[in-house]
Amino acid sequence: MTNLEFNRHGVWAIYKFEMARARRTLLQSVVTPVITTSLYFVVFGAAIGSRVSEVDGVAYGAFIVPGLVMLSLLTQSIFNASFGIYFPKFTGTIYEILSAPVSYLEIVIAYVGAAATKSILLGLVILATASLFVPIRILHPVWMIAFLVLTAATFSLFGFIIGLWAKSFEQLQFIPLLIVTPLTFLGGAFYSIDMLPPPWRTVTLFNPVVYLISGFRWSFYELSDVSVGVSLAMTLAFFAICLAVVAWIFKTGYRLKS
Amino acid sequence: MPPIISISNLTKTYASGLQALKSVNLEIRKGEIFGLLGPNGAGKTTLINIVCGIVTATEGMVTVDGHDIVRDYRAARSRIGLVPQELTTDMFETVWATISFSRGLFGCAPDPAHIEKVLRDLSLWEKRKDKIMTLSGGMKRRVLIAKALAHEPEILFLDEPTAGVDVELRRDMWALVRGLRESGVTIILTTHYIDEAEEMADRIGVIHKGQLIVVEGKIELMKKLGKKQLTLNLLEPLISIPLELSDWRLALRAAGHELEYTFDGNEESAGIPTLLKRLSELGIGFKDLNTRQSSLEDIFVSLVSERK
Repeated sequence: MTNLEFNRHGVWAIYKFEMARARRTLLQSVVTPVITTSLYFVVFGAAIGSRVSEVDGVAYGAFIVPGLVMLSLLTQSIFNASFGIYFPKFTGTIYEILSAPVSYLEIVIAYVGAAATKSILLGLVILATASLFVPIRILHPVWMIAFLVLTAATFSLFGFIIGLWAKSFEQLQFIPLLIVTPLTFLGGAFYSIDMLPPPWRTVTLFNPVVYLISGFRWSFYELSDVSVGVSLAMTLAFFAICLAVVAWIFKTGYRLKS
Repeated sequence: MPPIISISNLTKTYASGLQALKSVNLEIRKGEIFGLLGPNGAGKTTLINIVCGIVTATEGMVTVDGHDIVRDYRAARSRIGLVPQELTTDMFETVWATISFSRGLFGCAPDPAHIEKVLRDLSLWEKRKDKIMTLSGGMKRRVLIAKALAHEPEILFLDEPTAGVDVELRRDMWALVRGLRESGVTIILTTHYIDEAEEMADRIGVIHKGQLIVVEGKIELMKKLGKKQLTLNLLEPLISIPLELSDWRLALRAAGHELEYTFDGNEESAGIPTLLKRLSELGIGFKDLNTRQSSLEDIFVSLVSERK
């Protein structure tokens, strides 16, 4: 095999392995997020939503759906990808990946691809769950899928970086819990940022998650806090940054090879 | 024939400052069994890990079948199978799945017939549907070997393959290694059981504190560095060695009850008949005698302790 060839068998082996892990833990990977989402609907959709009624002409229950899907998509992408690469590091089975004729790009494609696939499937399951509670319109299905895939890929890549960086299970939990969860909650999943007082609205614009949720919500209802083009550009920019960091990690062998 | 693995000036300094390898040069011949010996921390695993791509070398160059391990890593790595020292396996996978995984990872199309053969050779066929976590330590070791053989490598690295393995598995493993050698696979093994290297290896390399201190054919090594000893159990104890016997390197043991003659392995008989004749002339009788040849282990210990 020469360096120019693509090791498709290798990529497929890792991808299949990661998907098999999801099948083994089907309960955690699907049932838990579905229950969590249903709870959000009960609390925000039914209890609070009945008082908020409408946001920009969309029923509150329906308004929060894209945000909820994004919320799960982000956390699950990060969790799947970070765990996927951290676990072989932890058990030592990473030796096989490192000694195999697979390029760094192939490793990333396989792990990130599997993590993204899982979270996309999950996003669709949550969307289906949500449609049981509220009527959902999707005005731009192609864009909806595009945002879904792009976000899943970007945050899987981000999770992959966390998994490479983490030296312990605590560190693995640290970034998602302390940084990502607050960013998603403050990213307009449950409200339109117009509802915030002006200084906070400005602060919010520094939160990358705002752009994801805004763009995703636009694909449903044509409602957005920022323009779709900006949303797309921000997502792509974050994707590019993550890709650059991964390339640097593999080039230097940082926390992978001594 | 060009060497299948060529290592030149290989140096590794870890971030901690530890110099694990100091300018190692080594050539492995195609089809041989090469035994790499050395005390713990000598650099055996570092050497193997660099060749396999797990550790990055600080300096030096390695080629595998003519392919540079860095520039041409795919060609180099696809020829190598590695059985690591630690029992690191995916606990939740089945035996069959993990071995198919390894084959795919190394870029080979699925081949159930080959995997079946590997599993049968390692007595794992019955266990193919079992999860790895349910297997015993010895079985897990077999799984690691099967994984390394899944992509039909030309070179097999066995890092301490028999550490903590029972007698039966050890015997099976050596039968397998011999079989692989017969089919043309080059084998590089490290082991703590020096008798094993003595039995299996064609050539021996001794590594100590990151330096390769000896590389020799096993037989030549034992001839060159081995010693032989003749011990005579005397009828009457001697107080000192008579002057008439000063031509021989003799020592008294067991309070004068034993006379010990040490000679180099390549001196062959080294005047034993004359010694015995002289003894009888002097009236020194003996009731028993035995000869002993130093094992690879003795040689190893003396080589390593010389450099302490």
